[in-house]
Amino acid sequence: MPALLDAEGLEASYGSTTVLHGIAFAVESGGITTILGANGAGKTTTLRAVCGMVKTTGAIRFDGQSIQGRATEDIVRLGIAHVPEGRGTFMTLTVEENLRLGAYTRRGATSLAAEFERVYGYFPVLSERRRQVAGTLSGGEQQMLAVARALMSGPRLLLLDEPSLGLAPLTTREIFRIVRTINREAGVSVLLVEQNASIALDLADHAYLIETGRVVLSGPAGDLRKDENIRRAYLGY
Amino acid sequence: MEQGARAETVTGATPSERSGARPRPWRLAGLLVLIALACVLPFTLSGFRIFQFTQVWAYAIALLGLNMLTGYNGQISLGHGAFFALGGYTTAIMIDRWSVPYGWTIPAAGLLCLLAGFLFGIPALRLEGLYLALATFALALAVPQILKYFDDWTGGSQGIVLSKPKAPWGLPLNPDQWLYFLALGIMVALFALGWNLLRGRVGRAIVAIRDNPIAATAMGINNPLYKSLTFGVSACYTGIAGALSVLAVAYVAPDTFNVFLSITFLVGIVVGGLGSISGAVFGALFTQFVPNYAQAISKAAPWAIYGAFLILFMYVMPRGVAGFVRIVWGRLFTARKQ
Amino acid sequence: MDTFLQQVVSGLATGGIYASLALALVMIYQATDVVNYAQGEMAMFSTYLSWSMMNHGVPYWAAFFATVAIAFVGGVLIQRIIIRPVQSAPVLTIVIVCIGLLTIFNSVAGWIYSYIIQPFPSPFPKEPIRIGRIVLAAHDLGAIGVTLLLLGLIYLFFRFTTLGLAMRAAAQNPASARLAGIRVGWMLAVGWGLAALVGSVAGMMVAPVIFLEPNMMGGILIYAFASATLGGFTSPGGAVVGGFLVGVMENLAGTYVSFIGTSLKLTVALALIVIVLLVKPSGLFGRAVVHRV
Repeated sequence: MPALLDAEGLEASYGSTTVLHGIAFAVESGGITTILGANGAGKTTTLRAVCGMVKTTGAIRFDGQSIQGRATEDIVRLGIAHVPEGRGTFMTLTVEENLRLGAYTRRGATSLAAEFERVYGYFPVLSERRRQVAGTLSGGEQQMLAVARALMSGPRLLLLDEPSLGLAPLTTREIFRIVRTINREAGVSVLLVEQNASIALDLADHAYLIETGRVVLSGPAGDLRKDENIRRAYLGY
Repeated sequence: MEQGARAETVTGATPSERSGARPRPWRLAGLLVLIALACVLPFTLSGFRIFQFTQVWAYAIALLGLNMLTGYNGQISLGHGAFFALGGYTTAIMIDRWSVPYGWTIPAAGLLCLLAGFLFGIPALRLEGLYLALATFALALAVPQILKYFDDWTGGSQGIVLSKPKAPWGLPLNPDQWLYFLALGIMVALFALGWNLLRGRVGRAIVAIRDNPIAATAMGINNPLYKSLTFGVSACYTGIAGALSVLAVAYVAPDTFNVFLSITFLVGIVVGGLGSISGAVFGALFTQFVPNYAQAISKAAPWAIYGAFLILFMYVMPRGVAGFVRIVWGRLFTARKQ
Repeated sequence: MDTFLQQVVSGLATGGIYASLALALVMIYQATDVVNYAQGEMAMFSTYLSWSMMNHGVPYWAAFFATVAIAFVGGVLIQRIIIRPVQSAPVLTIVIVCIGLLTIFNSVAGWIYSYIIQPFPSPFPKEPIRIGRIVLAAHDLGAIGVTLLLLGLIYLFFRFTTLGLAMRAAAQNPASARLAGIRVGWMLAVGWGLAALVGSVAGMMVAPVIFLEPNMMGGILIYAFASATLGGFTSPGGAVVGGFLVGVMENLAGTYVSFIGTSLKLTVALALIVIVLLVKPSGLFGRAVVHRV
């Protein structure tokens, strides 16, 4: 079965600086793929490239359709939801308004009540704080809000950019647990970019390692876990 | 616009603005050629044209002053017409009331504006971007009224009439030509001084303050001092320009220094190129001549043509003429290297 | 006391005009960091369009709503066609484009309609309304009513509709808005359209009082700046409150403070701008922008 998302020879640049030098990766339908790497390796740029937020050349296909060079607004309407680095929360709007915006592309469809219920089911704390201004939430809560917002659009593919950044380990584990649940129950495929290799490899089926804009290692997550180099450089033992 | 993008500053200047790929001796030679051409001009043009070019040199000085403040230091001023007026009226009053030889009035105007600008720069420290623009806008609006109010000094709405100075030391120049060379000479001197300041430590400091004030402070730059001094020097340049302009026109009146003058200055530096020295001259040329062309094209709605010019200009050269020249020059040279 | 109330009411009427224009300015500023200096001239031009329609026999309210619609479409088109090419240019570049628009609208209005001062009809009765001993101009009350209704509708639009929410999101965080599938470019265009719409209503409400001529909005724009400064450029609600406050203060100052006749009224606006900026630059309701390092 062809992958839900696949990229080949993908190059990305900011202005005249090339950050990705022709990478290839794929996310299987219903699977969880993770991209690992150190700071500045090009992980965030990869996600941005998928969403058309950065200049790219090469091939990116979602469900067989090419999305290379298309506008962000059009790409997300195909069923891709991106939780960006820094969460991208609308700080002065309430939690509920943030969530409503997440469902913007579905505003014609049937009532959003079911969506809200589903999302509040995954993240009860958001239900408690629904009328609160998003900027006043804690880091962990904002991360949950960001994931919840992404889920409101009913995506087929969820892009997560460093969800563990700045969060306490307990909160991180909670969020990853919920992502696993979403993947299993709703069949949402996940492309996860993470610096925290350990927790990412626990979650993912398949993994890629990027260094300075190139894929240097790829394979099933279990294999990478056992790989000598990864253990020493990224897992610390 | 993204909050982060604003860090790129209101003026949009980038760090590479100041370093050029052009080798130095060529540039100096080029400049000397241009100055030589400028010296020949008054002997080939009619009196009115000479007067127009004299105004161009004066405006160039004012625009360099404003550019230092807004382009290099990031403090937006919509009120530089006030300093222009202050300089102009200083000259007029000193000549008219106290019979001071006009030569002395120019540095006097400069010094007074230096002080006034510095003092204005102190409360301005509290204001950022839009708010500083609003405060200086209010100042510009108030100028004609203030000038009319103090009519004992300023001659009120009637203004002050002066006579055009004659060339000194028996030089074979008519008054128009003499003023032209005076303005040109002062312009070259002030530009050289400005170039020196802006290329060196001072220039780097004020640009650092514009681009990232917190980092600048962290590096040991005294932000308030530099910002106020920049305001002062900027006002000084504009005041001298005002003095020269008034000498050339031989008349001052309050309504000349209305808010449109300040807006014209702003237009001048954006069109010429923010954060550039040559931009001041381009901007001055635009300011002086384009309204005339607009009038020639359409007597009925000249300002509509002018407005259309402005918009088209910004499409083609969003970073002004100087920015455009830099891009073209850069392309030529990088093409060569490959 | 009677004079006081009369002055307050007429101050509120002009204040409503300032509030409307201030709101238009703040709406565009919040979304783009650009102050649209051409806002006043666009309002003036819209007013001329309605005047032109009425001269050709179109009844007042038909012309009014037609103008409002045309102004909206005009605002959208101006953003899409004229502002979009430079929208990622430095802010000052965009400001110059706005100044260009200002001169174009002013000059074309003068060219088409001449600079002769024209009367402009008011849809409200000419007889004053008496409440007890107080005499109020019907137009003033009508203008206050129209302004409040318009501002109320806009508030409801932004607060309770999905499009309004999307526009607020696009203004605040364009990148995240795109990720939500919002077409940020069109949101900006609708913002300009709304600002132009509000301006056109302001123009049609103020023209009966100050008479129609190409330069009529110049002074009003300055008062709108003062209002937005007082209320806070980061707060649409504040700008509106600021407008009403400025209108009332201007009228009261003109009536009760002896040396401020009509000529120095503008100075009141300027003094207000300067004082607010020195004491609290972000205005009564604005938020000071905190820069995170």
